[in-house]
Amino acid sequence: MPESAAPVTIVPPIPIGTWLETGFTWFKQTFDALFDVIGDLITGAINGIADPLLALDPLVLAIILALLGWLLRNWKLGVGTLVGLVLIIGMDMWEPAVETLALVVVATVVALILGIPLGILAARSPVVSRIVKPVMDFMQTMPGMVWLLPVLKLFSIGVAGALVATVIFALPPAVRLTELGIRQVDGEVVEAGQAFGAGPRQILKDIQLPLALPTVMAGVNQVIMLALSMAVIAGLVGGGGLGNEVVGAISTLNLARGFDAGISVVILAIFLDRLTASIGSRRPGHGRLRELRDRFTRTPATATSAS
Amino acid sequence: MPAIEAHHLYKVFGRKGREGVKRLEAGAGTDELKDAGLTPAVIDASFTVEEGEIFVVMGLSGSGKSTLIRMINGLHAPTSGHVELYGENITAATGKDLRRLRRKRISMVFQHFALFPHRSVIDNAAYGLETQGVGKEERRARAHEALELCGLSGWDEHLPSELSGGMQQRVGLARALAADTDILLMDEAFSALDPLIRRDMQDQLIELQQKLGKTILFITHDLNEAMRIGDRIAMMRNGRIVQVGTAEEILTDPANDYVAQFVADVDRTRVLTAASVMEKPAAVLGAEQGPRAAHKLMREHQIPAMFVTGRDRTLKGYVTEDEVGRHLEQKDLTGLLHPVPDGARVSPDTSLADLFGPAAETPAIAVVDDAGRLNGVVPRITLLSALAAHAETDVADAPVTADHENKDDETKEAARA
Repeated sequence: MPESAAPVTIVPPIPIGTWLETGFTWFKQTFDALFDVIGDLITGAINGIADPLLALDPLVLAIILALLGWLLRNWKLGVGTLVGLVLIIGMDMWEPAVETLALVVVATVVALILGIPLGILAARSPVVSRIVKPVMDFMQTMPGMVWLLPVLKLFSIGVAGALVATVIFALPPAVRLTELGIRQVDGEVVEAGQAFGAGPRQILKDIQLPLALPTVMAGVNQVIMLALSMAVIAGLVGGGGLGNEVVGAISTLNLARGFDAGISVVILAIFLDRLTASIGSRRPGHGRLRELRDRFTRTPATATSAS
Repeated sequence: MPAIEAHHLYKVFGRKGREGVKRLEAGAGTDELKDAGLTPAVIDASFTVEEGEIFVVMGLSGSGKSTLIRMINGLHAPTSGHVELYGENITAATGKDLRRLRRKRISMVFQHFALFPHRSVIDNAAYGLETQGVGKEERRARAHEALELCGLSGWDEHLPSELSGGMQQRVGLARALAADTDILLMDEAFSALDPLIRRDMQDQLIELQQKLGKTILFITHDLNEAMRIGDRIAMMRNGRIVQVGTAEEILTDPANDYVAQFVADVDRTRVLTAASVMEKPAAVLGAEQGPRAAHKLMREHQIPAMFVTGRDRTLKGYVTEDEVGRHLEQKDLTGLLHPVPDGARVSPDTSLADLFGPAAETPAIAVVDDAGRLNGVVPRITLLSALAAHAETDVADAPVTADHENKDDETKEAARA
């Protein structure tokens, strides 16, 4: 029977989605002007990063990123980065890849600016923690594509909506792991700070944050990974970049293009993951950057002390 | 002015802690409160620590001593009662005032060291000065000094994780000393260390205290440690302070069976002093008296020898029955008076352990104060019975009956009043 009769049930219809939409429509109409401004700001920020990067010769940028990998981790990451990026250039995916990179960078920065302070608050106040937790659960378990809908309504097609959806999707680990990291700091060590008369801000800055850093950095790493995966999905709403390529490939059933774009995403993901993982695991004062800086600053310093 | 005054401190964990305090004050027992979902950690603790004193709070785990020490520097807020440091109420202090008090007055050494793992040894030691706002150059210099004092020169730039446990605790001690506060709180500071290192640290602490004159509040569950380093000891049980006194007072006059059982295993010879076991001499001869009087006294008391003192009770020497008996016709004791050998005259605070050597040589040891006056004697037999007292207490305390319990409480009441 193709007839779609309403199923017999005693439960009255509960149209939560409709209610949400009604509320959302009101929200949009009230703050429409605000969202226009935000959208412009976001687009400006992403283009502000992507344009100069695209103005560089692709090979030059690839070498710069490879050097970054070597500085922050080791020569292997440097070489791997160079090979991977040259591959992207060869697949003719360079421009969308850089656009995606810009989107991921901005989304990550925004997610961290919102997420880390929220995590700190949640670690200090049980009330905030109790409120934040279910909200984060909601954000994280809601299928990523659902976030595209309200965002599309607010910002219409374009990179601004893509970024907001990406931030929503990528934010939870920043909050959660910051809170976890601070809570994990040995209570006696915090007591030691208090016992010597340190104020709450000093304890946060000198004790809790440095000791929570590895966990917070694991959160940052997660944020970046989630941002990258969402940035590709956001191709559906005009996020541009590799997401756009993937969506295009699907709609034209172009397998070759699809894989080119997919492999580029993988290369970006590995690069970003290794790069950020190394920042968290490194012991303070032992980075290669520090090493280099020491090498340049120590020589004049010893020279002055000798004279 | 006393360094620390604790006034009727209560700490009751649970939602309605205040109510718990009221019920305790009305005479409710710990178990009653536990049934109501409250956990009394510290109950009516009052004590005073004088400046320059090492005051030890001794109790088993769960007796509330860690909670108590945390109320002294305000890490825990008491449910009732308050603490004064040099007359300033730290319990009422908040925010800035509290931090100022902590910076100026009181620093702390933690059981598990609680060093900052991301800071070098010297930056750890300098932390107290950092919060006090001392400039980098000066605080590093002073931290370096404190590290040297604790026997850690040459480790300044290492991370704490590169040090052994004993050394880490030295860093903890240096951190507290560098802050240069009047009071040092030590929360089971040596409990996590090996026994040999612990002895070492105890000696070092006593030495440092004598050098620097700090007031130290030390917490331990190790009675031997308490007796070794404490000028005075507070015995804690189930949140209550059951007795406060010197090591000797607690050993010789335990407030109740609990304390008595506790101290049963202590090496009494190291704690008890000559003063605590000495007796009034059965007979003492004035230097002006003659051989006849001496002979008569010794025969009366059936002793082979006796001490002779001057008018001001200064010890002049001793005479023996044999010699006196042979020279009964002499007018005075000239020629009969022997000087007391150095080994047989001890000061009142000599420990029993150090009396055994002399006791083997002479039947009675003279206890002489700084002015040379004879305070008492320790006959060999007394020394032995002082040790036997230990065994007796054990037997007497074995059956703990309801009667004992009641007496126990009475003593506690008396101690509190």
